[in-house]
Amino acid sequence: MQALVIAAHGSHLNPNASNPTYAHADAIRETGAFDVVRETFWKEEPHFREVIRTIEADEIFVVPLFISEGYFTEQVIPRELRLEGWDPGLWDSDGIDASQATLTAGDVEKTIHYCGPVGTHDAMTDVIVGRAESVTGDPDVGEGFGLAVVGHGTDRNENSAKAVRYHTERIREMDRFDETKALFMDEEPEVDDVTEYFESDDIVVVPLFIADGFHTQEDIPEDMGLTDDYRNGWDVPGVVDGHRIWYTGAVGTEDLMADVVMERAADAGADIGSSIDHEDRTRSTNANVAGD
Amino acid sequence: MGLEDETFETLRTAAAAGVEFDGLRLERADGGYVLETPIETRTGLDPDEFRTALEAVDEYVTNWRYWRETVGSEGQASRAFLRWCERAPLEGSAAESQQTEPLSVPERYDALRNGVDRTWGQLRITARFLDVDEPDGVRVYDLWHVEDADTPLSELEVYDEPREAREISTADDDGRYRPLKTAPTLASGWAFTGLSGSELVDAVDFFYPATIANWHREREGDLDVDHWVDAAKRQSGIYDVVDELPREALEWLTEACCVDSQCLRRREWEYSADDEIDVDGGDGAFPCREPCSLVIAAARKWAILESESETTYELELTTSELNQLEELIDAVADGRVDGVREADVNDGANRYRARYLRAKRFEDGSLNAIESDDQ
Repeated sequence: MQALVIAAHGSHLNPNASNPTYAHADAIRETGAFDVVRETFWKEEPHFREVIRTIEADEIFVVPLFISEGYFTEQVIPRELRLEGWDPGLWDSDGIDASQATLTAGDVEKTIHYCGPVGTHDAMTDVIVGRAESVTGDPDVGEGFGLAVVGHGTDRNENSAKAVRYHTERIREMDRFDETKALFMDEEPEVDDVTEYFESDDIVVVPLFIADGFHTQEDIPEDMGLTDDYRNGWDVPGVVDGHRIWYTGAVGTEDLMADVVMERAADAGADIGSSIDHEDRTRSTNANVAGD
Repeated sequence: MGLEDETFETLRTAAAAGVEFDGLRLERADGGYVLETPIETRTGLDPDEFRTALEAVDEYVTNWRYWRETVGSEGQASRAFLRWCERAPLEGSAAESQQTEPLSVPERYDALRNGVDRTWGQLRITARFLDVDEPDGVRVYDLWHVEDADTPLSELEVYDEPREAREISTADDDGRYRPLKTAPTLASGWAFTGLSGSELVDAVDFFYPATIANWHREREGDLDVDHWVDAAKRQSGIYDVVDELPREALEWLTEACCVDSQCLRRREWEYSADDEIDVDGGDGAFPCREPCSLVIAAARKWAILESESETTYELELTTSELNQLEELIDAVADGRVDGVREADVNDGANRYRARYLRAKRFEDGSLNAIESDDQ
């Protein structure tokens, strides 16, 4: 018996924060790859602290639904799960390389594979591209388009910017979009000036965030000049300084994220059979764009 | 009821290994099979006699099959919960702590024809036979809100997928978000019918996450309680400050957040292992083993607020205005603000009354209180 636990932040205030987590968990349940799939949260229930004991399987794969390695993935989740002998060094990562560590927990007799966050997995690169396909409705989007991957920046977490730059570089190497750039909310190059960094008329803007919230639904659209007031919404594409901005909203809401979660678990040794169709990875999925 | 060949073979194999379950004992001794129930003991049975004897006690046989083959999960919380649902005897180390008289197999079979009702927080669970006329031991479970126990099914929204419980439990009857799943504000008007045992456990886990696991641990004498001082010390980041909350504030915090009117969990954590909190922990069926994330988040706020020093203020009020301030605080604390009628000016928490008080006693947007000279 193998179980999958998706560990996400959740919210005390916003009932929608957990929706992407639930959606990805349900998509994985449908594949039947795991005997049990559980969602767990820092701010909702089941809390990280109590999720493992709800699972009767002996082998558990824990995948953090977080963008980068940092405070939550290195301190909070392992501590709350009571992972014995945990040390961030077990991931042997320089900030974006974490794969997994196999540990036991203090309150149950089970094997726990603690995986790196979804945000740094290579498959995430494809999800960002998939997001561009969704928002434009064009499975071949690339030519004539610029792509901006947007992150927090280093103020809060150095690794968050690393992850943004990592995926940006990988997309650039695909040679698919005319221009590919990393932009940030609190450091240069700033997302506020998005149109200054691109020559292309069309720019797809993908925030590397797990859930839509304050940053992706209020700050970024206003900072880019897509709207004066987020409460009035914005057009997709919206025109700013003569550029068409295709703003996607948080990448974490993309359906393909479920595949990344499973890839993380598979890398840690989970048997997921043929649950992921690699050829189909960049399929166009239902657009779940900002403002909806 | 006749036994199918396959079932009989399963029973013969099981008897060879020895069966002792819910009053049924099967054994293969030197002189033949042994079959024992609380009513009678048969020994020295040849295979044909054994088969006939088994057919005569089919309630015990189908009961054994249900728990062995359909439920399984020996020693696990899910199994213990399903047995609790039909008042079956506890198994394992919990058996010693059995508090209510369990039902025997014939008693349960009688009861399961009509349905056995249990209450879990605001959930009502009914265990019953799938086939009432000719019970083959297979149970199904219905689940709804305690307040809907007498509501006809036709008036309820009926679901069959346990995951729907997530959606149902997200908002209360007024559409407000419920960040605390065990708050006594579960919306009513829905029902799950004919769930399998594992589906029931999944649904209950979505409504009240981890309650079954912790309840089971408690019954096994294995509940790992983390008291306030330990839980607070563990916090980091913006919650690092919560361990500065004064001891006396834990009384106010638990009275504010953890009593039955606010949370259906029974608080088992104290200030520390040898320093109990005076506030009653509640009567819930399932235990609370450590301060939850809402309590920690609120404690952070209170830790910061409690770091302020006290000041004596002077403030001009009539006696009735002082009483009204108390009424206003009570109304908010008891969540009855929305129930105050528009024109009920006798209620101090009435909107017009509050607006009048504000118009009279506020200056530049705040209460006209001045620090006392006596400081």
